[in-house]
Amino acid sequence: MTVPALTIENLSVEFATDRGSLRAVDGVSLSVAPGRTLAVVGESGSGKSVSALAVMGLLPGSARVGGHIALDGEDLLALPPEALRARRGGAMAMIFQEPMTSLNPAFTAGEQVAEALRVHRGLAPAAAFAEAVAMLERVRIPDAARRARQYPHQLSGGMRQRVMIAIALACRPRLLLADEPTTALDVTVQAQILALLGQLKRETGTAVVLITHDLGVVADHAEDVAVMYAGRVVERASAATLFARPEHPYTVGLLGAAPRLTGGEGRLASIEGTVPDMRNPPPGCRFAPRCPFAITRCVAEPPPLAEVAPGHMTACWRAPLAQVLGAA
Amino acid sequence: MTPLLELDDVEKHFPVRDALGRSRGAVRAVDGVSLSVPEGGVLAIVGESGCGKSTLGRVALRLIEPDRGAIRFQGEDLRRLSGAALRARRRDMQIIFQDPFASLDPRMTVEDAVAEPLILHGTVPRARIRDRVAEMLVRVGLRPELARRWPHEFSGGQRQRIAIARALASGPKLVIGDEPVSALDVSVQAQVVNLLQDLIRDLGLTFILISHDLGVVRHIADRVAVMYLGRIVEEGPAPEVFANPRHPYTRALLAAVPGQGTAAPPLEGDVPSPISPPPGCRFHTRCPHAAARCSAEVPLLLGAGHRAACHFADTLPPAAPLREADPGGERLRRLQAFFRPPPAQTGAMP
Ligand SMILES: Nc1ncnc2c1ncn2[C@@H]1O[C@H](COP(=O)(O)OP(=O)(O)O)[C@@H](O)[C@H]1O
Ligand SMILES: Nc1ncnc2c1ncn2[C@@H]1O[C@H](COP(=O)(O)OP(=O)(O)O)[C@@H](O)[C@H]1O
Ligand code: SF4
Ligand code: SF4
Ligand SMILES: [Mg+2]
Ligand SMILES: [Mg+2]
Repeated sequence: MTVPALTIENLSVEFATDRGSLRAVDGVSLSVAPGRTLAVVGESGSGKSVSALAVMGLLPGSARVGGHIALDGEDLLALPPEALRARRGGAMAMIFQEPMTSLNPAFTAGEQVAEALRVHRGLAPAAAFAEAVAMLERVRIPDAARRARQYPHQLSGGMRQRVMIAIALACRPRLLLADEPTTALDVTVQAQILALLGQLKRETGTAVVLITHDLGVVADHAEDVAVMYAGRVVERASAATLFARPEHPYTVGLLGAAPRLTGGEGRLASIEGTVPDMRNPPPGCRFAPRCPFAITRCVAEPPPLAEVAPGHMTACWRAPLAQVLGAA
Repeated sequence: MTPLLELDDVEKHFPVRDALGRSRGAVRAVDGVSLSVPEGGVLAIVGESGCGKSTLGRVALRLIEPDRGAIRFQGEDLRRLSGAALRARRRDMQIIFQDPFASLDPRMTVEDAVAEPLILHGTVPRARIRDRVAEMLVRVGLRPELARRWPHEFSGGQRQRIAIARALASGPKLVIGDEPVSALDVSVQAQVVNLLQDLIRDLGLTFILISHDLGVVRHIADRVAVMYLGRIVEEGPAPEVFANPRHPYTRALLAAVPGQGTAAPPLEGDVPSPISPPPGCRFHTRCPHAAARCSAEVPLLLGAGHRAACHFADTLPPAAPLREADPGGERLRRLQAFFRPPPAQTGAMP
């Protein structure tokens, strides 16, 4: 068993808002080993981005963070701000859905990669720019020397995301957080970017957290998965196990809701209703109002995340689901 | 039989100007599209962003004027209609947009939003409007008591139901959905997809689904047209096009679908600029099968029933098969049956 690069234990994040406090993340525990990809999957508002921002120390001041976050054994929540800033872009890096918002429109692609190399690897300006061009080549930007001198608005969406990946990987991070990195891209470009991320991960041994709402992306690009619902992790397993033997009713519903290219499913499985208002979540299992298997206990008591099989955790009172099928 | 809608060599270019107002050519958004939409059923238009799907949809309803070509609705050329005659036709054609937060006027209650097209087209007598609105809300799965509420009180999925009720209120024959479920989370998307299927069947609608989501398209479309840089490159029955794609671009699109695609390597590069699309076959800069002829000669959309615009459509090797993976098997199917409510009884239109 390898030592995880990132360990999150019992993470909670609460925001003070005008309309009362909102607990966006509630007791999340996760870990990722070097060279592996953990997919965090869930619908919008389930707390995926807030969890990642908590790791990076990028949450706004209105956020109250609890629990433990360790990067290579170092407690990130206990670090002073300057030390945390040094880890960002150094030991850990993050890429976002919309690269345009993280790139500076006033600097060329090459300058921005070089800046990261100067700050975190102490390279001299000329050496940093040369290394930046090499990095752009490495993320398969065609004609990298010319592209390095172009500004973000002169690049396509796919190329901007490649630049972001180059910046993120410039300092050889131990952990890469990728928050919906291909959601804004077309399907053919998405395939290129995800293949690139996988290849770079294999080459560098970086641990990757891949946030996505697309189970198809999980199937192709992750070894491990955590499914989130309304601020909590409801199921954790290897990707292979999750698709073969999902044990949480929410996962079961999600898997049936996405239509298949081969057709023939008749009506889609659909999870009736909507996600709960996080200012006033249901007291017991947060999925209970939408769950076809709910029993009285579900409404009253939140189910803990517990092991149903080695390495496979689910937060459901009715697990293993063989029970609801009437089989032993 | 006359098709419900026919597009004949339709073209729409958007002029491009630089900061000083000088002409810099034109975006060839729709560049010579011919398409025939039979009455009843679902035709999907697929392709990556910027290929001209939305422009084509808007031109088809004459919400924007094409530069060239004919648009015939039940055999009548829409481009010759104006004033009252065009307005009367509009009653038969409606559109649903992607963004449920932008498509409803925040200052209109649900009732007013759904009633507006009824009043505009005089579909039902004034005294019957309120009943008709209530009936439409029930039909799209909303409680009629919600009629006096405001759009901001609803979730994205509920707003899309309201937008559907509004589009269907005047009893149109043709409805265009421009990415109608793309902004919704997958569980809610499935609800709205199921609803659309029920309504299309029960009301006998002709539906044009514009979408970049190939799974949704395979699920509800009878026919599918694939666009690339303003042109249709392949068109045919959906099961045929998905199982046996004839055009290399369609093959690349299917290959790229995460978790389900074929084992083919991803397509290289980006889509070229629609201001100066490549000569000959527009796909030749990215096509793994391109030959000398491809950059010189424009391929025509040829074939009977299942058409493709590729010089080598008949001689390409067979397409890589889609993954038939079924890892969850019988157990998962039995569990998912609990998530499959029986079809809603949306009833026939009175
Ligand atoms: N800065 C903030 N202030 C208040 N609430 C926030 C803030 N950021 C996120 N939230 C809320 O936290 C919840 C989780 O958000 P997020 O992590 O962005 O979801 P996801 O990434 O899974 O879509 C949502 O209800 C969101 O509205
Ligand atoms: N009103 C407009 N003015 C200028 N260019 C436009 C306009 N509408 C669309 N375009 C351009 O036309 C092309 C096709 O756009 P669109 O029909 O929206 O594509 P799709 O719906 O397939 O994403 C794109 O390059 C787009 O930028
Ligand atoms: S605990 Fe109960 S409500 Fe929650 S997922 Fe399990 S069965 Fe459903
Ligand atoms: S005509 Fe040539 S370039 Fe175009 S799709 Fe066919 S083989 Fe490819
Ligand atoms: Mg997010
Ligand atoms: Mg569009």
